[in-house]
Amino acid sequence: MSLEPRAGQTPSILKKSTWIDFGIRLTAVILALVFTSLILVIAKAQPLEAYKSILQGAFGTTIKFTSVIASWVPLVIATSGLLFTFTAGLWNIGMEGQIVMGAVFTVGAFRIFDETGLDPSLVIFLAFLAGAAGGIFWALLPGLMKIYGGVNEIFGGLGLNFVAKTAAIWLIFGPWKRPGVASGSGTEWIDIPFRLPYIPGTNLSLTILIIAIIVAVFTAIMLKGTHFGLRLKAIGKNDKAAYILGIPTTRYFLLAFGLCGLFAGIAGAILVTSKQYSLIPDAGFGYGFLGLLVAMLVNYHPIWSAVIAFFFAALSIGNTELQYMGLNSYFAGVLQGFLVLFVVLVDGVRKRLVTKL
Amino acid sequence: MDVATLTTLAGIVEYAVPVLFASIGENFTEKAGLINLSVNGTIILSAMSGFVVAMTVDSIFLGFLVGAVVGAIVAAIVAFSSITLKQSQVAIGFVLALLCRDLAYFLGAPYTNKPGLFLSKVPIPVLADIPFIGPVFFNHSLVVYASYLFIIIAYVFMFKTRSGLMLQGIGERPSAAFARGANVKALRYFYTILGGLLIGLAGPMYSLAVKIGWAGQLSGLDGIGWIALAITIFGGWNPLRVAFGAYLFGGLQQLGITLQSTTNIPIQILQAAPFPLMIFTLLLVNVGRAEWVDRELAAMPEKPRIVLSKILRALRTSPPASLGVPFENE
Repeated sequence: MSLEPRAGQTPSILKKSTWIDFGIRLTAVILALVFTSLILVIAKAQPLEAYKSILQGAFGTTIKFTSVIASWVPLVIATSGLLFTFTAGLWNIGMEGQIVMGAVFTVGAFRIFDETGLDPSLVIFLAFLAGAAGGIFWALLPGLMKIYGGVNEIFGGLGLNFVAKTAAIWLIFGPWKRPGVASGSGTEWIDIPFRLPYIPGTNLSLTILIIAIIVAVFTAIMLKGTHFGLRLKAIGKNDKAAYILGIPTTRYFLLAFGLCGLFAGIAGAILVTSKQYSLIPDAGFGYGFLGLLVAMLVNYHPIWSAVIAFFFAALSIGNTELQYMGLNSYFAGVLQGFLVLFVVLVDGVRKRLVTKL
Repeated sequence: MDVATLTTLAGIVEYAVPVLFASIGENFTEKAGLINLSVNGTIILSAMSGFVVAMTVDSIFLGFLVGAVVGAIVAAIVAFSSITLKQSQVAIGFVLALLCRDLAYFLGAPYTNKPGLFLSKVPIPVLADIPFIGPVFFNHSLVVYASYLFIIIAYVFMFKTRSGLMLQGIGERPSAAFARGANVKALRYFYTILGGLLIGLAGPMYSLAVKIGWAGQLSGLDGIGWIALAITIFGGWNPLRVAFGAYLFGGLQQLGITLQSTTNIPIQILQAAPFPLMIFTLLLVNVGRAEWVDRELAAMPEKPRIVLSKILRALRTSPPASLGVPFENE
């Protein structure tokens, strides 16, 4: 069964920025806004007021704005990882579970090194390494199942998402439960020295911002400027042809999964050390799925992932403001979903028009 | 046989019903050569809209109808994007899976935990009095009886009628079917929308019959659609085997409910139990095709080799040959 995306099939909004293309993409955005506004009207809310309060919620204060950046960090890291698998023609839908596993391993490392008296920054470093290992481990599983078991990576990844979440829940209620009573609200918080400090007056840790920039630049260079990136792209376009031309496709598939898992693990470690400070059942916060949407929008263009991820992060943060209008925070998902949907559809219409001309 | 066992068995039969409709619906779509990956979102959205409509207009029938229409519309978007626009089927399906779920949670918020309508049990006279069989199979709501008929109709249609043969043709060798006069694209549209309609029915089956009510993200429906997709593969694109998979899943869910009352395993763990099993069964049905398995088998002594390859061949399923491949008339 050929579920793998082919380069020609995958949606890409930002390929050649000619004016016509720009206009077509703008159409997609407008359509998405029209449909989202319609949904707001159905929910008996004033659309303009809702959009205004989202902007308020995202950029109204320094705290809010830095929260957007803090949320941009794991999203751009997740997207970067997914660009590797996308380029290789793989749908790593297991990203969410890989982030959860990263968080699990990070918390596990803190529990081990907690009492050893090691320097806190060394412990944090070790915890990040553990998180990375957890992510890589969980990402290689769907890769191995695809290559040696014939299981499509979409189904392998989906199943593993749930297994990772179950593992987290089991740890929270079982071996890692809080002293006294186990609770769905998570494990015990890590000690203060292990938490990454925020820049005073903000909600943002400088360390994670630096990590995100390094990851994004690394991804752009690897995919755009190296033989590795070119080979990965060749595999994504046609893996059989690439194999015949001498590219070890199996190894590259696993490398793409491994790199994606590495970034997933780092994202998980970041969420533990700078946001949640503990392991919770929903340790991935949906960043894996959101990252897939962003990666679909930007396709092979790592530079744009930073921009789109910022927009998505602003939506997700700003959208919490809607509770004052009596709406819940699934609105961001609705707008993001419509956006990707219409980009895919409008892009299809554009291609159809181009071939007809 | 004691009452508790009978209740459990009856529960399995009931819990399997929505998954059964969704999986066989997807079976129709995939037989025609398309993949509708939106199942998970479709079920949640149609469960919400079916529940809300039934409650507001006081009609269970309209609730089911709206659920089916929601499923058909989502499937029509998948069909348009894949068949007419030739965009990636995975992309559109995945986006719709997320979008429909969030739409359901967003629009359904005001109706969370509100009392609504539900289908009551209608024991079938005479049949319901047969010991064992009666309480397990014939003391249910109408949707359960509909599912018995549906399995048979789906099987007979797919494998014993001319239209069914045509359906197989457009999924296996669309160019040959086209040469023999089939309108491949129109038929693919038809079966994708038909499949979506059946998937859409699964939603109100939950909210109006099997897992009554709407509780937002706590409705416990998130994830079932992905399982339904896996069951279609597990069932080898054969409605009978797919139905068997759905009953297995129903059994696992019932087992969870039973274990929950007798042990202190957290409910979340029991709810997730089918997923590792799903991966395992997918490995089982797929591994027979892997190259390294052939190599290993060839190196084995004769007796275990024959037994093993027989088992693997019995488990192995193969998808319609043109599944996921766009079709061009020219």
